[in-house]
Amino acid sequence: MTHQLPGALSIGFKRGKLEIKQFFRQRESVVFTLLFPLILLAIFGSVFNEKIAPGVTFSQYFVAGMIASALVNTGFQQIAIYIPIERDLGALKRLRGTPMPAVSYFIGKAILVTFSMVLQVLLLLAAGVAFFGVELPRESSKWLLFFALLGLGSIVSTILGVAFSSVPKSARGASAIVSPVVIVLQFFSGVFFIFTDLPQWMQQVAAIFPLKWLTQGMRSVFLPESFAAREVVGNWETGRTFAIIGAWLIVGTILAIRTFRWDRD
Amino acid sequence: MKPVIEVSELSKSYGDFTAVRNLSLSIERGEIFAILGPNGAGKTTTVEILEGFRTADSGSISVLDTNPSVKGRAGLVWRNRIGIVLQSTQDTAELSALEALTHFASYYSNPRDPREVIELVGLGDKADNRARSLSGGQRRRLDVALGIIGNPELLFLDEPTTGFDPEARRAFWLLIKQLRDEGTTILLTTHYLDEAEELADRVAVMNHGQIIEISTPALLGGRANAEAIISWRENGTLQQSSTATPTEFVASLAQRFNGEIPELTIRRPSLEDIYLTMIGAAQ
Repeated sequence: MTHQLPGALSIGFKRGKLEIKQFFRQRESVVFTLLFPLILLAIFGSVFNEKIAPGVTFSQYFVAGMIASALVNTGFQQIAIYIPIERDLGALKRLRGTPMPAVSYFIGKAILVTFSMVLQVLLLLAAGVAFFGVELPRESSKWLLFFALLGLGSIVSTILGVAFSSVPKSARGASAIVSPVVIVLQFFSGVFFIFTDLPQWMQQVAAIFPLKWLTQGMRSVFLPESFAAREVVGNWETGRTFAIIGAWLIVGTILAIRTFRWDRD
Repeated sequence: MKPVIEVSELSKSYGDFTAVRNLSLSIERGEIFAILGPNGAGKTTTVEILEGFRTADSGSISVLDTNPSVKGRAGLVWRNRIGIVLQSTQDTAELSALEALTHFASYYSNPRDPREVIELVGLGDKADNRARSLSGGQRRRLDVALGIIGNPELLFLDEPTTGFDPEARRAFWLLIKQLRDEGTTILLTTHYLDEAEELADRVAVMNHGQIIEISTPALLGGRANAEAIISWRENGTLQQSSTATPTEFVASLAQRFNGEIPELTIRRPSLEDIYLTMIGAAQ
């Protein structure tokens, strides 16, 4: 008998389908990952509706930030919470004992993240356009920037989620550690408040992490060109945004590969 | 034929603690081999090294002609030939048994038919129920189903029947024997001595990281030559006596009672009696 093993890519796609199926069957993941950001958008967008610059309302500013946050929710948060759960349940160890290539597991996760990210961004965009006066960009260069931010941002967010998944000791601890990290990061990065209104030290801390740069990038897509003057250095800093996200991609990949654990102990 | 598992001088320490010391054993094709021992005896460490989850500090290990610590493609080819049933897993809760098995089947080059495996483990009428809704025993049978879906030559079973009711246990034993009869080699760890006695062709008793003895359940610890224990009621109390010549002893009792001996039982020490003596003696 020959041992013609199924390919890693085809197993990866099957895992992706399975991940999505399991995602929709877990009510908490659907609520937490997909609905919660919409609820936040509804609350913040309705409460803080004043003009913050000519032709820009806070709601529009907030929608841009929430789209950036979607990359963190569906990537970092989802992955860093669910991998420890799967580790605790013995799912990872079971997989380790089969001929499933490790890369197929991560392909499956990437498919889940992409799927939930696209869904969440579409929902946020639709709500933003329908209720909060967000205007979709007309220039193709802005769309190009948008997709580049989505793609790269989602990849970085996911990889950092994999790296962070080794931090929680147990499934129970995972959401207790990961959720506060994400929420604090959102506050610091100018998702809930206007970034330039935050204290200097908060801005400086936020500037280390990718979320601040993703929100700024999303503002450059969705807010009028004139708003660039209101950013920290008076322009969108697109080049620096990609440089910092790229640096995190490298750091995150190294950390993820070095620290990933299949087993509880 | 070469043994399926061949281990010599295997040792593994965690810091100052020696979990396994100079362990050697070999397991033949088509055999059910049970490892017995108290908690902390080194069973799990040994089995996890054989499963490739841990690496040994020293010793030579061959499982299906492969060192279990093999990485990369050769590791996948090796894993394609083995099946592992871990202790207490709770994953795949949101999938039905059929969905989980169909998916896991796609990892292997020559899987069994998922429907057939579901019938084999007796989950036929639960095939479409979410794993979350299965009882403990049913859930465990799903674990076994996932362990054998790849049509393994070698199956690892770690405490397979913990939490089973007696009936489910009987059904499970039949399944394991059936797998053995199909040619699967099975390495079993268990806390239940009756399970080892019922299933195992040979057992190894471990304590303090070492194997005390490897034998058939019938011969372990000199069991076949052990004295028989005879008990009966006399003068209102239960009497007991051990003897190497039970037939003669009973004949003389019968003479004394001049007929029926009240509450007579004759038994050989059970595997459990022998096992407890062995690990007690080793302490």
